Amino acid sequence: MSKYIFRRALGLIPTMFIIVTICFFFIRLAPGGPFSSEKKISPQIMKNIEAKYHLDEPLVIQYVRYLGDVIRGDLGPSYKYKDYDVNFYISRSLPKSILLGSLALFFAVIMGMGAGMLSSLRQNTWIDYMSMSVAVVGISVPLFVIGPVLMYIFAMQLNLLPVSGWISERGYSALILPVFSLSLPYFATIARLSRASFLEALRSDYVRTAKAKGLKTSVIMFKHVLKGASLPVVSYLGPAFSGIITGSIVIEQIFRIPGLGRHFVQSAFNRDYTMIMGTVIVYSLFLVIMNFVVDVLYGYLDPRISYK
Amino acid sequence: MKKLLITLLMITVAFAVFAGGGKEEAAPTADPVVFSFNNGTEIQSLDPGNIEGVPEHRIYMALFEGLVSYDPATLDPIPGLAKSWSVSDDGLTWTFKLRKTNWSDGTPITAQTVVDSWLRFLSPELAAVYAYLPGMIIKGADAYNSGKGSADDVGIRALDDYTFQFELTGPAPYALGMLTHYAFAVVPMHVIEKYGDKWTMPENFVGNGPYTLTSWDPQEKIVMDKNPGYWDADNVKIDTIVAYPIEDENTSLNMYKQGDLDWVMTVPDAQLDSMKLDPTYVTNATFITYYYQFNTTKAPYDNADVRKALSMAIDRQELVDKVTRGGQFPAYGLTPPLANYPKVVAFKEDFDAARALLAKAGFPNGEGFPKATILYNTSEGHKKIAEYVQQKWKEVLNIDVTIENQEWATYLDNKQNQNFDIARAGWQGDYVDPNTFLTDLLYSTAGNNDGRYNNPKYDALLDKAATMPEGKARYDVLRQAEELAFSEDMALMPFYYYSTANWIDTNVWGGWTPTILDVHPWKGMFKK
Repeated sequence: MSKYIFRRALGLIPTMFIIVTICFFFIRLAPGGPFSSEKKISPQIMKNIEAKYHLDEPLVIQYVRYLGDVIRGDLGPSYKYKDYDVNFYISRSLPKSILLGSLALFFAVIMGMGAGMLSSLRQNTWIDYMSMSVAVVGISVPLFVIGPVLMYIFAMQLNLLPVSGWISERGYSALILPVFSLSLPYFATIARLSRASFLEALRSDYVRTAKAKGLKTSVIMFKHVLKGASLPVVSYLGPAFSGIITGSIVIEQIFRIPGLGRHFVQSAFNRDYTMIMGTVIVYSLFLVIMNFVVDVLYGYLDPRISYK
Repeated sequence: MKKLLITLLMITVAFAVFAGGGKEEAAPTADPVVFSFNNGTEIQSLDPGNIEGVPEHRIYMALFEGLVSYDPATLDPIPGLAKSWSVSDDGLTWTFKLRKTNWSDGTPITAQTVVDSWLRFLSPELAAVYAYLPGMIIKGADAYNSGKGSADDVGIRALDDYTFQFELTGPAPYALGMLTHYAFAVVPMHVIEKYGDKWTMPENFVGNGPYTLTSWDPQEKIVMDKNPGYWDADNVKIDTIVAYPIEDENTSLNMYKQGDLDWVMTVPDAQLDSMKLDPTYVTNATFITYYYQFNTTKAPYDNADVRKALSMAIDRQELVDKVTRGGQFPAYGLTPPLANYPKVVAFKEDFDAARALLAKAGFPNGEGFPKATILYNTSEGHKKIAEYVQQKWKEVLNIDVTIENQEWATYLDNKQNQNFDIARAGWQGDYVDPNTFLTDLLYSTAGNNDGRYNNPKYDALLDKAATMPEGKARYDVLRQAEELAFSEDMALMPFYYYSTANWIDTNVWGGWTPTILDVHPWKGMFKK
């Protein structure tokens, strides 16, 4: 088991290397560059700028230089925001995105699994229809609608919560609206996923056996069904986690949260090469690590899988 | 599992209680005057050598002061770091007397500081984008910046501790006004030498403006407090300025409505009509023109008749009333109106004449007109205008054009490499003079002449104006050039002059005046 985990962990390194390499060369294909400007920069000034950031060197040399920096943990200067470097922006914004994303995902898992379980137990009753309707709303109504609507009701009209801002400015109540809005689509997906897998598990032989033994429904659900039925949800959580911490740009903008999502999107528009690379590295690192964690968890959750 | 659920419930409850408790600490303690505004986006840098945009300029005006600063109402240059100045008879040598004043850490500012700051700005190593501004007017500056000359040959010097002098390449009547720009900033060289690139960190930062930097949380806010050591501190009435980098217009407007912000400059398009009725709405004409560029290197746009026909076949009044709806002013020339330079009306809209011109160019009733594309950068506003133009050209001239949006950097790349037929553009004057439009956009060799308009007669008129002293005669020559470019050549297709949009309660905040550059100096603002 530990041998498998070790081998699997080693495998992450070439994956990351390939991602960094492909991304480095691909972003240079986009038209324009970090110093595109409406007021055209004269060739001599452009030359000065390119020399300052080593952009005048051959691409391969730039690549080797960048790779060396990354290995040493330095993601380089931002070409757009010149006073701080990429490390600063990421180390500042990532914890906020992780906190926001984890809370939202945590909330989504608890509520989603709960709704899925109830729906499967009371299939085709009003409980089932209601929770699945909420799930459809969560999937189909985009965040840029949900966010402002909640803001309008709870902040502007009822004055219960701050309009926007982060904990540092408005206290912990500032988290409620963004966490709730952000969790909705994830709640919806998890609810639907878990409903389907609960239903499948409830119809399986081992559950029938358990029922025949005369076990209580709650015991059957938590002892026998939950473990097997949570597998699809667990495999969904890996990509969902990396997605939620880098992809919450909409919620971050609406609720003015200084997180990573904005950098992820804006750096591409700015052609801020180092910032793009930095966010891509963080995102893919989370993705591969979460997938790795999910793989390991599988071994514990599914008795049919063993890593011997 | 039951236990787990109970624990979770308890966490949720505890969290809610905790959250309620966190709110109380926000209560105000004293009553310093705080002014909060939405600066629109995160600033690129605090270093005047590293900045390009308007949001950066607002922060610059609080933290720094150049030789001259802006009159809050007219934006005319008024004494700043320099208390007086004189110019030689030939208009080439300017001498400034500096006042005895200090950086916010107490270090004196001398004429040598100004020399060192300007040389730093011009140095190729700093690679300042705006180095072209001093490069245009200061002797030897361009050569030094491009690595062809040395710092010693730049025409700036300290005559004594408090006398600074520079030499121009030619008489430039707009030179004094240009000095308000951050390209002529004075920076704390002693701090830069000590901390290098880290000098703009809040713990190291030193400035000489009416405010000092208290904190800077990227993506959250910048807080600036009154600088007690500022030479004119008596006229700095607001204690604290807070700049928020809010990009979401809905959020910004909601905060304004809740009283969290005192000044916003944008509202969502959907709310524009209702927010224009808001009593705090302030608008005025500004120094920006919206236009379409023709790629004059490409047929049929190399034909002035085609350009004229296209330009005359839309209704600008209808466009600003029904499409843009922001109180813009229809433009029939390039330079927005100035006090001594009323707007040029070089042509008028005439659908019959437009059809006749198109026929004369070889496309009667639009027949045979090649497939054309209007290029614009992705934005709802630009799209609506492009659709209006597309429809109007079909109606009036019977020609089909497609419209194409591109993301900003891609659009710039194509526009600047003449990879377009017709492209949307806008230009904001850098200083209050027609030159910033006429030379920068249409002079044959100008870097921003993306349509590659080229008329030697036009260039000759601008060359002539460049050697003339400030005054009516010079403006007349510039007018003549502008009229030529539009009545005969239709060098580009003007749509409208922008109007500013600001939401600020002027019953509460005094000393804030609508200005043509939409620049609002902080000094002199007060709470009524």
